[in-house]
Amino acid sequence: MKKFRAAILAASAVYALLANAGPAAALAHGDPARGKVVYERCLACHAFAYDRTGPRHCGLFGRHAGSVQGFAYSDAMRHSNLVWGTRTLDRFLKNPLKTVPGTAMGYAGIADRQERADLIAYLKQVNDSAECRGQ
Amino acid sequence: MFSFIQKQDTTHMPITANLDDETRRSFLGHSGLLLSGAAVALLAGRDALAKGGQSGASDVRILNTALGAELEAVAAYQLGAESGLLQKPVLDLALTFQGHHKEHADVLAKTIVKLGGQPVASKEKYTFPVDTLKSQADVLRFAAMLEKGAVSAYLGAVPVFGNRELAKAAASILGDEAMHWAILRNALGEIPVPSAFMS
Ligand code: HEC
Repeated sequence: MKKFRAAILAASAVYALLANAGPAAALAHGDPARGKVVYERCLACHAFAYDRTGPRHCGLFGRHAGSVQGFAYSDAMRHSNLVWGTRTLDRFLKNPLKTVPGTAMGYAGIADRQERADLIAYLKQVNDSAECRGQ
Repeated sequence: MFSFIQKQDTTHMPITANLDDETRRSFLGHSGLLLSGAAVALLAGRDALAKGGQSGASDVRILNTALGAELEAVAAYQLGAESGLLQKPVLDLALTFQGHHKEHADVLAKTIVKLGGQPVASKEKYTFPVDTLKSQADVLRFAAMLEKGAVSAYLGAVPVFGNRELAKAAASILGDEAMHWAILRNALGEIPVPSAFMS
């Protein structure tokens, strides 16, 4: 019984820690207008509507990593088990090669948290717009 | 005289306007003969390139992605050149820049082979936003966007190469593409170098 209570206490302590970590780890609020400028860094390889050197960005949110039909992904990306959303994108874009070792996206990443948030807000905005919904 | 350089404000002087046609022709004609230091480094023996050790496979992947983007740039300038929208001397400029991208692609492909990799081939068909390309300015803006993106892409590649010789070579290509970007902006009448840093 004592053990059980200790376990519960420990568990709730962990829970409290995690809960407290919540706000601190929360993603910065993104501004899509600023994100559009950050996205210019991606334009050598990506477009929203069609595949280029990198895969299309329309349909990104909720998509399994490495799953656009007909795009030649690396094995690393196809087997990464990621589903793209705000958090996974934040992690990947911070350091692509660390998040998906072996990815063909040989890009150092975007270190600035606010820039990432802005970029992701822009990706989301275009994904919700006619440009992508017509796809 | 470079008639495409439109002086829209006094913050950027049309320096290249001083080049006469003769100088320009000989410059364009001879540039292809020079092999840059980076190209020499890349074409060096496998031993020099193998200094990166373990990182070889990763470096090949990064080079191949860069090669794919360079090949697309070659195709994009081809589209521009064949569009009928570019007037001389902008047309010559586009062909010169296309030539640089061909040289980049060539060196990247050779390096990939040297590292034991398989270089990607150029695609049979590229998708370009042709609906938005209706004038010379549209084509210039499109090219400028690609060149700026290429600078960012190489900037993102420089720190992740395992082999510092490759990082140096990528930086050398980056410098060339940054110049393309500035000249294209200038041709558009925009401030050619809008900031002190690239990102
Ligand atoms: C040098 C070219 C290049 C640049 C620059 C680049 N990417 Fe990529 N990107 C790729 C390639 C190639 C892949 C496929 C990676 C693989 O298969 O491992 C990719 C994959 C991705 C994916 C995964 C998509 C999917 O379908 O699973 C996302 C998300 C992404 N890139 C976002 C970005 C963003 C945002 C930027 C700009 C900050 C960017 N990329 C810059 C080449 C690039």
